[in-house]
Amino acid sequence: MKFKSQKIAYYFFALSMLLLSLQIVYGFINGFAHMGYDGLHEWIPFNVSVTTHKNLLVFWLLSGFMGAAYYIIPEEADRELFSVPLAWVQLISFAVVGVAAVIGFHFQWWEGRKFLEIPRPLDYLVAVNVIVFLGNIVWTLLKGKKSSTTAWVLTFGLIFVALLYLPGMIYLDNIALDSYLRWWVVHLWVEGVWELVMGGILSFLLIKLTGVDREVIEKWLYVIVGLTFLSGILGTGHHYYYTGGPNYWLMIGGIFSALEPIAFLGMTLFAVQMYRKGNKNHPNKLALYWTLGAAIVSFVGAGVLGLAHTFPSVNIYTHGTLVTAMHGHLAFWGAYAMIVLAIISYAMPQMTGRKIYDSRNGHLAFWLSNIGMLGMTAAFGAAGVAQVYMERIVGLDFMVSAKAIQPHFFVLIIAATVFTTGITFYIIDFVKFGLPNDEAMKTAEDEFEVVK
Amino acid sequence: MLSKKQAKLFFLGGTALFALIFLGLSIDSLVNGIPKNTNDHLMTDGVKAGKLLWEENNCMGCHTLMGEGAYYAPELTRVHSRRGPDYIKAVFNFPGGWGPNGRKMVQYDFTDKEKQDLVDFFEWTDKMYLNGFPLDPPLKK
Repeated sequence: MKFKSQKIAYYFFALSMLLLSLQIVYGFINGFAHMGYDGLHEWIPFNVSVTTHKNLLVFWLLSGFMGAAYYIIPEEADRELFSVPLAWVQLISFAVVGVAAVIGFHFQWWEGRKFLEIPRPLDYLVAVNVIVFLGNIVWTLLKGKKSSTTAWVLTFGLIFVALLYLPGMIYLDNIALDSYLRWWVVHLWVEGVWELVMGGILSFLLIKLTGVDREVIEKWLYVIVGLTFLSGILGTGHHYYYTGGPNYWLMIGGIFSALEPIAFLGMTLFAVQMYRKGNKNHPNKLALYWTLGAAIVSFVGAGVLGLAHTFPSVNIYTHGTLVTAMHGHLAFWGAYAMIVLAIISYAMPQMTGRKIYDSRNGHLAFWLSNIGMLGMTAAFGAAGVAQVYMERIVGLDFMVSAKAIQPHFFVLIIAATVFTTGITFYIIDFVKFGLPNDEAMKTAEDEFEVVK
Repeated sequence: MLSKKQAKLFFLGGTALFALIFLGLSIDSLVNGIPKNTNDHLMTDGVKAGKLLWEENNCMGCHTLMGEGAYYAPELTRVHSRRGPDYIKAVFNFPGGWGPNGRKMVQYDFTDKEKQDLVDFFEWTDKMYLNGFPLDPPLKK
């Protein structure tokens, strides 16, 4: 850690851990409900628990991205963060909005649009919050002694994340038009600008962990984010096949979204290649596991499983089924959850001075969470394919197929328990790190500082 | 081989080009394609009120519409022709929550106007052309 102000990242990461834990609780509620045990129906009906589960996901990932930016930008810009008090205000107000949203859901205070459920007043507060965050980060970078491709890709990613939130705030009477713009947020976030954020964080971690020359790593970063947008922008069309869009989206969305996995394949090859090229001596093995893991699992979850149901001829059967849930879970986990856990694993020793680089807890966390998530993906996949066959091909009644696939949710819950055990170990280590402190600045030296 | 500058150009140029194409196609979709496919001209005040109710109650949190939503309850785009307006109205305020097959729906307290608005909404969605979705199940007896 080079600057004291980087320590603010810790508190964003801590918020992420809290929100993730709550997200998991609601995930279990959802799983049990699907299995036929909807005991909380009177107080937490399914639409409340699923909305809470999804929004907690987005909040904890955004909090993780913000923490990552607060840690990375001062270091890349070679100066203290512009304003630590402002960062505190931003953190607390972000947490307040998140808590208000989650509590609000339980009282049916929401917008009822998938992924954009938080009510309009809170949207404005989020917008203000993000402007404050971006102002702080961008000013730090502009007034820094240095800057870098990594820093700017990350920063522009975050700027566009903010800008792309705006299309979701337009109210339209026609639900198909409404949904068209809604995907400008959701798709262009997770299959677009969030990949800029992931790429920036991945680049930073590979520079630190492998010692490979920055110029090489950053060149490949440009290639990867280039591939992302070349495919992902027109790939948005895969959300327009069957939601009222003109039929040219079938061809355009189909071809371009099928190309989207190439960007993730690029990340995988890039990360593994840089690791092999590097000197493999960095002591933080766990950070390396999470970094390479993110690059690999994102390719499987986002890339391969996305490809599996993106062709229009397949999608007409799977659209709106649990096959989507299968893809969504492994994709979000591999691409975004793991990269946040990676930057946390890297930054925590730096901020606290405790060298938890290779702990048993940490390894258990990595393997159990990944094995658990793979198990969950398989369970969703089995449930989804069975649902598609029964409902969409044979034409059985929805509840007939829903009852028939209940055993898959039993497997889901077992796998989710393995996953949760992994996350528990991760959080135990997180707590063991203790609080960030200034003494850590000199004790956790990076042996592989790339000289600019 | 590829230089960093070339890679940067690839990224910026490619993004700009495809963003422009996407913008153009979007304008066509938003102004022409979607309003035509969804019979925009048939949207009455009842339909608009129904859409608002759909959102205010987060129906999408259990159901899917145009295949979008959650997977806990049936797909509703064609529910109007599949079940008819009376069935639709019956499920909303059903005492204890509608749950004919064991999975419970929330019990609402909709007025007659609200129920009619939702029926209007589903009557409108029933007529949408969605490029063939939802398919007629090919193996249905």
